[in-house]
Amino acid sequence: MTTPPLSFYVHIPYCLSRCGYCDFNTYTPAELGQSGLARTELSSRYMMAAIGEIERARRIIGESSTVPTIFIGGGTPSLMEPRDIAATIESIAKHFAIDGSCEITMEANPDTVDRENLAGFIAAGVNRFSFGVQSAKSSVLKVLERTHAKESVTNALESADSLGVKDLSIDLIYGTPGESMDDLSETLDFALSLPINHISAYALIVESGTRLARRIESGEIARPDDDEMAEKYRMIDQRLSEQGLHWYELSNWSRPGGQSRHNQVYWRGGQWWGIGPGAHSFVAGRRWWNIKSPIRYIEAISSDHSVEADSETLTEENVRDERIMLMLRLRDGLRRSDLTESQLKVVERFIESGGIEIESWKRGELVLTVEGRLIADRIVRDLVAL
Amino acid sequence: MPALPSRKAPQPAATNPASIRNFCIIAHIDHGKSTLADRMLQITEVVDARNMREQYLDRMDIERERGITIKSQAVRLPWTSDTDGKDYILNMIDTPGHVDFTYEVSRSLAACEGAILLVDCAQGIEAQTLANLYLAMENNLTIIPVLNKIDLPAAQPEKFAAELAKLIGCKPEDCLRVSGKTGEGVRELLDEIVKQIPAPTGDSAKPARALIFDSVYDTYRGVVTYVRVVDGKLSPRDQILMLSTGVKHEMLEVGVISPEPIASNGLGVGEVGYLITGVKDVRQSRVGDTVTTATKPATEALAGYKDPKPMVFSGLYPIDGDEYPVLRDALEKLQLNDAALVYEPETSAALGFGFRCGFLGLLHMEIVRERLEREFNLSLISTAPNVVYRVLTDENHEMIVTNPSEYPSGKVAQVFEPVVRATVLSPSEFIGTIMELCQQRRGTLLGMDYLSEDRIEIRYKLPLAEIVFDFFDQLKSRTRGYASLDYEPTGEEEGDLVKVDILLQGDTVDAFSAIVHREKAYAYGVTMTQKLRELIPRQQFEVPIQAAIGSRIIARENIRAIRKDVLAKCYGGDITRKRKLLEKQKEGKKRMKMVGRVEVPQEAFIAALSTNAESEKSKTKK
Repeated sequence: MTTPPLSFYVHIPYCLSRCGYCDFNTYTPAELGQSGLARTELSSRYMMAAIGEIERARRIIGESSTVPTIFIGGGTPSLMEPRDIAATIESIAKHFAIDGSCEITMEANPDTVDRENLAGFIAAGVNRFSFGVQSAKSSVLKVLERTHAKESVTNALESADSLGVKDLSIDLIYGTPGESMDDLSETLDFALSLPINHISAYALIVESGTRLARRIESGEIARPDDDEMAEKYRMIDQRLSEQGLHWYELSNWSRPGGQSRHNQVYWRGGQWWGIGPGAHSFVAGRRWWNIKSPIRYIEAISSDHSVEADSETLTEENVRDERIMLMLRLRDGLRRSDLTESQLKVVERFIESGGIEIESWKRGELVLTVEGRLIADRIVRDLVAL
Repeated sequence: MPALPSRKAPQPAATNPASIRNFCIIAHIDHGKSTLADRMLQITEVVDARNMREQYLDRMDIERERGITIKSQAVRLPWTSDTDGKDYILNMIDTPGHVDFTYEVSRSLAACEGAILLVDCAQGIEAQTLANLYLAMENNLTIIPVLNKIDLPAAQPEKFAAELAKLIGCKPEDCLRVSGKTGEGVRELLDEIVKQIPAPTGDSAKPARALIFDSVYDTYRGVVTYVRVVDGKLSPRDQILMLSTGVKHEMLEVGVISPEPIASNGLGVGEVGYLITGVKDVRQSRVGDTVTTATKPATEALAGYKDPKPMVFSGLYPIDGDEYPVLRDALEKLQLNDAALVYEPETSAALGFGFRCGFLGLLHMEIVRERLEREFNLSLISTAPNVVYRVLTDENHEMIVTNPSEYPSGKVAQVFEPVVRATVLSPSEFIGTIMELCQQRRGTLLGMDYLSEDRIEIRYKLPLAEIVFDFFDQLKSRTRGYASLDYEPTGEEEGDLVKVDILLQGDTVDAFSAIVHREKAYAYGVTMTQKLRELIPRQQFEVPIQAAIGSRIIARENIRAIRKDVLAKCYGGDITRKRKLLEKQKEGKKRMKMVGRVEVPQEAFIAALSTNAESEKSKTKK
């Protein structure tokens, strides 16, 4: 029996500054009391710990598996030294099985890359980049407290393109308070001018505890409006489709063949091991997540202790619910044969109200219309709460 | 000092009526009736110190917590008078203390020859007490005015003695002064009871006649019926007969409470005690009925028997629809002990299966609801309380409407609603405020009197529906809690009333239909539609919320269609969090009710209906 494939997520928990909307498990050196530490030193210390966890993973699993995808995310992965990234990928290759088809994505902040370190990352094995662009409007970036300029985005993507990377993606955020429809339109124009084959566009979520949430609470800035979000989503979907980028997940559009394989591991119930503080893993029906503090994480790894904070084993009901919850978000997710009798009734209701494509359903595929995607969580609720 | 009076005390069925004194205590909630009763139990030594506990006679948790008596009690207290050294039997009949139970109070009073009018001398007499005082005077009871809580620093015995004297026509110095808390003056009070209250008169040779003044269901013994013997004698082996129904019962036990039940050889003229017949339902042993013996029956019933008549109705629904059978069983059990509670199954499109319940009044309603929740572990939604309407249609067809959703649409010729005579006692500085409130509530001034220089009694005729709404809360808040209220039903009057329906996307939500005065229909419609717009989540489609009289829309709000209900991101780390949220929503969805196509969370119904219910709660606590 062959062991099932195992993807890796490698979390880089550092940023130079924290963006006002972000609630990810990431820290500035100052927050960690490590302002004095040189960046190269931070990079090598941290990546050494990450490699330590990869070795633990191999020991715990006890055997090798094929690694179809690796995703280095954060935080700001591009803050790490290319040689440390290379060592990490080598370690995965050494303890598990990587071949030429492995998708290795790295998230990058346009401000922290240049031609030289991009070349270094590519040499390390990275074959896909995802750049955090968010918006082309400086007024919007200011509300988000992002630091980069539009020019550095263009430079970064052109460099990566000229270095021969085919799979290039950008992240956009829409619905930032103060962003007009025209602002978004300009952002889309800009995005479509870049040499990319993939776009993730996320509605701004105001996470509690963030600086953005506090500023909204105090009335300093307006709360994002759901109706406006919906308008913006439609605009994005329409403009991207017109330019040959088609949705394959609610918030993800790609040119043919440009889909992120790594994210589909999450959505289609695949296995992955999350390396790094706060990272989640899902292996053999068990999900666990690591302790959040990078300092405690590094300490634990160096003394060969477990870094697991907590875990859950999915019940059959959990598995069923998650499957609906995640697969419904995909263009190519659920099929008629996946659903129970009572779920089919719910589907009929949503076909009637225009949330589900009637033509695809006739072929046995459940595909959400743009209206349906906008209320996907409601459809999920109706499908699972029976 | 009498030593152990119980040993030589006259025994039941062998007590000369001349040594019996039957009395009750008329007092407002928290004027210290239960504490005074506790002292009497101790001083007459029927309860020793070891067994004493506070509010000894209050049996239900709710009674103790709220300091009110729901069911009455009758305790036989042997007492050797300090005045003449003779042995007496004092029967203390504890009366319920609320307007809802006026009829039961009147039967308790009818079982007595005298009443202690107990007034907190830091607060003065309250409307409720005054009403019961008048009831006692109508029954020709001897009134002993007593000022309680003289130990309090805020006591003003002189002021309130003058007030009492004026009310009952005695001299201020005739008012006794006691402290139920310290026991001061209680012995003297017992002696005054002997001295002032007449002994019962009755004919022991006549066929037995006993008045039922309370009837209580006991899990182990079945119904325990409390009686006062007027004529003749009841013996353990008698077969008894209820005069109103003609039903016969075997007597299983007869006895007295002192203060625990003690079986006796019977009950003679003037005596107060209990009967057990093995019936399982208090409706077979009704308050106000006359008990006689089957072998030698009396022909003439004692005066004053009435069937309890529900005045206030409300729908009760289990929050969890699966609990409907539990609610049904619970109501059945409560009814064993509550002849005034009526209910029938009712289905609401919005709330599911439940019961339309009839109550004597708001307190009765609240007590029933609280007992259902507490003793049967039920979580309930109740609809806003309403009164009974008599509707005459254009075809001269008469309908009795106890549920607004059954009110006929159109073709109503006349509607009649119950009216009450309300009495408000208050410091005189609030006259203007009180009159303004009563005027707003369609009141008609009947009269006004000064009780003392700065206290006033105002009498109004008011529709009961207005009182049921939130009158008492308004009264309390506008008079800083100083005013007290009592009311008695005085019949019905024609009203300019309309039914206001609330529609969600064109479908009537039966739980929100209300019968209101035409002038207030608009206000009700606006309030409810606005409230619901806040409470009902956005749906996939636009949902109009309308208030309508018949087919005429009087208010409208809109819930805009939801445009977006999706979380944009879903990475590996988000899955657990997102699934947990989904699980919570799944639970929430089970509690969704469908009104047509509109999903309404049960919480929205509860919140929309709760304003009244909450005000009820604060009402009885004040």
